[in-house]
Amino acid sequence: MMLVLSGNEKTNNIFLERGRYYLNYIVKRILQLIPILIGITFLSFALMRLAGSDVVQELYSNRGTEVSQEIIDAKRAELGLDQPFAVQYVSWFKNMLKGDLGNSYVTGKPVFSTFVNKLPATMILTVLSILLTVVISIPLGIFAAVRHDRIADLLIRFCSFIGNAMPNFFVGMLLMQILSVKLNLLPVIATGVNFKSALMPALTLAVSMSAKYLRQVRATVLEELNKPYVMGAKARGVRNSVILWKNVLKSSLLTIVTLLALSIGSLLGGTAIIESIFMWDGVGKLAVDAINMRDYPLILAYVMWMAIIYVVVNLVTDLLYHQLDPRIRLGVTEG
Amino acid sequence: MRKQKVKKNHLKVRLIIFATLAAALIICAFFSEHLCPYDPYAQDLSIAKAVPSPEHLLGTDRYGRDMLSRVIAGSKTSIYSTLLLVGFINLFGSAIGILCAWVGSWLDSLLMRISDLFLAFPGLVFALAVAAILGGGVQNAIIALAAISWPKYARVARSQTLAQKETVYLRAARLSGCSTFALITRHIIPNIVGPILVTAMLDIGTMMMELAGLSFLGLGAKPPAAEWGSMMSDTRNLLATHPWVTLAPGFAILISVMIFNLLGDTVRDWLDPENGGR
Repeated sequence: MMLVLSGNEKTNNIFLERGRYYLNYIVKRILQLIPILIGITFLSFALMRLAGSDVVQELYSNRGTEVSQEIIDAKRAELGLDQPFAVQYVSWFKNMLKGDLGNSYVTGKPVFSTFVNKLPATMILTVLSILLTVVISIPLGIFAAVRHDRIADLLIRFCSFIGNAMPNFFVGMLLMQILSVKLNLLPVIATGVNFKSALMPALTLAVSMSAKYLRQVRATVLEELNKPYVMGAKARGVRNSVILWKNVLKSSLLTIVTLLALSIGSLLGGTAIIESIFMWDGVGKLAVDAINMRDYPLILAYVMWMAIIYVVVNLVTDLLYHQLDPRIRLGVTEG
Repeated sequence: MRKQKVKKNHLKVRLIIFATLAAALIICAFFSEHLCPYDPYAQDLSIAKAVPSPEHLLGTDRYGRDMLSRVIAGSKTSIYSTLLLVGFINLFGSAIGILCAWVGSWLDSLLMRISDLFLAFPGLVFALAVAAILGGGVQNAIIALAAISWPKYARVARSQTLAQKETVYLRAARLSGCSTFALITRHIIPNIVGPILVTAMLDIGTMMMELAGLSFLGLGAKPPAAEWGSMMSDTRNLLATHPWVTLAPGFAILISVMIFNLLGDTVRDWLDPENGGR
């Protein structure tokens, strides 16, 4: 607490300096994105090159038409696949810098708009499942920590343990079986991008994630409750509820927020399995479809999206650490 | 003092129980062919989609294949692929991590950048690319998962080695004329093996679920091969009418992952310095 106080007493000048420090830091980290993007797209390009000289054949066999070698060659030339690997990569990269990600091999539509069209569905799923996770895991985790080693705690721990050992597609199927088939509460598969259809996949993801978070929340709160200041407050006659809500929760939330940031990252990448089970039209399903159809430009767009998420999420978590832990913050201003 | 002692004994019992369970699972998977009551691939349409009964404890699928036999047969693919995968990434990742920490300088930065790249790489895309180059199958799902999961071990091993490198005892060992090889094998590895082992043990369950997930998407084991993930995906349209067919492999995954997770947790507690070490 002393560290925070001394930080608040400093003059505006130092805040300005701190702002500049953060800005520098952020710019430096975003610049790191460039080698990762180049590396990752190059790697994908190389893998695809190794994988498929048969893109065009795959394309036609998917349409169910027999075509001659000339047509295949012509199509290959049209898509630029007859050129050397390096030339293909450089031309793709140049177009990418101009904001043009090419056209889908399958539909012929621009990749960028196709991809962006699928993003809202994934965003909705991300927000809804994170909200559900927070609503389930934080109160239960705190409750388990407060009732340490009593029946409620053991029960919650048992449930979270079972949840941790279930792959999310299995959770999805169980929920489908219970909520849709037996109780007829929710639609089995999505009927479009709407709240009712989103609830089931979001709940599936939330159950899987809550199982993980419950343990973390419980452990963090428990650790905090065992600290000497809690005993001090109790000795001074502060009510248990005040200690819990005003002190313990405040310091425990820091860890939880950081964890959530990481989850948001992986959810934004689209949960391919859940999205395809529930026919939710998001980025993950798009990626699986693109992969099955060998739609390279779309796959590259997905790969880039994942790389961007990875870098941004790491940046945000690091900043959160700096922001939330006063000791780190002081180190920042001095250094 | 007394309480601590009781807890420690408790831990030992837990360790023995879970290790036995895990060993039993691994041995069962090894002899899976001999444990199946029926041929897991024999089709008999006259008994297709039978409800669980004394003859067919878990019922039969839409081709009349006995589900219990298929679940048992699937254990070999699922468990052995997972163990192979975790073993490999563990050895490979740790070797890279130790190398990075020991040599340092440009090699360290280069390898760490490469590991960043693999961490950012979507596993799904890798799995497909590998499947497309080598053809589908469990082994390719393993390669894909290995490629994206070794950096985790490299990081653990690197940070552990860096910490050991600074210790006084290591400097003393070096001054007394230990060769680099001896320093690494006799001093560094025994001291960092604990955290790496714990990471690996806790990873078995996750990896088993990831492999099943890839197979579920059709990027790993392919039907009719008996593998838990692909069995669930293969039979998912029977869920509403014949739930036991779809859910049986799911429960098999649940039970095996649970056993390995319990073992992992126990090993972690056991190696925890707060428990007074080994």
